[in-house]
Amino acid sequence: MFVRLSIAVAALSLLSSAALAQGAKLTDPQIAHIAYTAGVIDINAAKQAEKKASNKEVKAFARDMARDHEAVNKQALALVKKLKVTPEDNDTSKALSKQAADKLAELSKLKGAAYDKAYIDNEVAYHKTVNSALETQLIPSASNAELKGLLQTGLKIFQGHEQHAEHVAADLK
Amino acid sequence: MSSGRHLATLAFLTFGAMAVPAHAATIQIVMQNLVISPSEVSARVGDTIEWVNRDIVAHTATARNGDFDVMLAPKKTGSAVLKKPGTVDYYCRFHPNMKAMLKIAP
Repeated sequence: MFVRLSIAVAALSLLSSAALAQGAKLTDPQIAHIAYTAGVIDINAAKQAEKKASNKEVKAFARDMARDHEAVNKQALALVKKLKVTPEDNDTSKALSKQAADKLAELSKLKGAAYDKAYIDNEVAYHKTVNSALETQLIPSASNAELKGLLQTGLKIFQGHEQHAEHVAADLK
Repeated sequence: MSSGRHLATLAFLTFGAMAVPAHAATIQIVMQNLVISPSEVSARVGDTIEWVNRDIVAHTATARNGDFDVMLAPKKTGSAVLKKPGTVDYYCRFHPNMKAMLKIAP
């Protein structure tokens, strides 16, 4: 619990410190990049879990994550194309990707029930972090109404994921 | 939100005023932002339930008792005809916190 919380807090402060370091609010191209990157990270984690997970519920959860995040990212790509916005890489995206790559490597060393638990616990923490970032930073900073709308839709979906992950985590205990 | 509720009330009134014998009705249920509404619907055997998925992600309407399992692609509609009376709890297999209920009269 404590570990999970501190991971979430650390990730969150990464998000905010990167944003604050720029001394200005995030731009739409940066927000689009961060949101898309956050989706890709969860899809990669899900793909690993589809192969490695042994628990049936965990495997199904991973498939749900891949399906939903792919659907949301498809909408995001369509939107940036329509708005003629080029997503712009930034410190927050870079920090998220780095952290996710480390986590994926760490998870790859685990097996069986230990892997299942670590994956689901990370999914709970990760969705908490991303949802909080969406709520407090990305959505308020978005200027374009359609981008804001898609982020709000994403938040509803990811809040569902957070509850779902918590439920699966509870079932594993 | 409130106009939806008015519509639902209107629909109920219309059904209530219907003369016997009742004809099989089509009842729409909306899935939006991972919420099923209305979450509780009264219907009769022979009625068709039509689920409208307004979300950008796929859903299912899956009966706990196995009576139906309807796949709902993003922004698509799917339906099932009610064959047996009873109270049927159903949910979305992809988002298990989406839950609702049908009360099916004979």
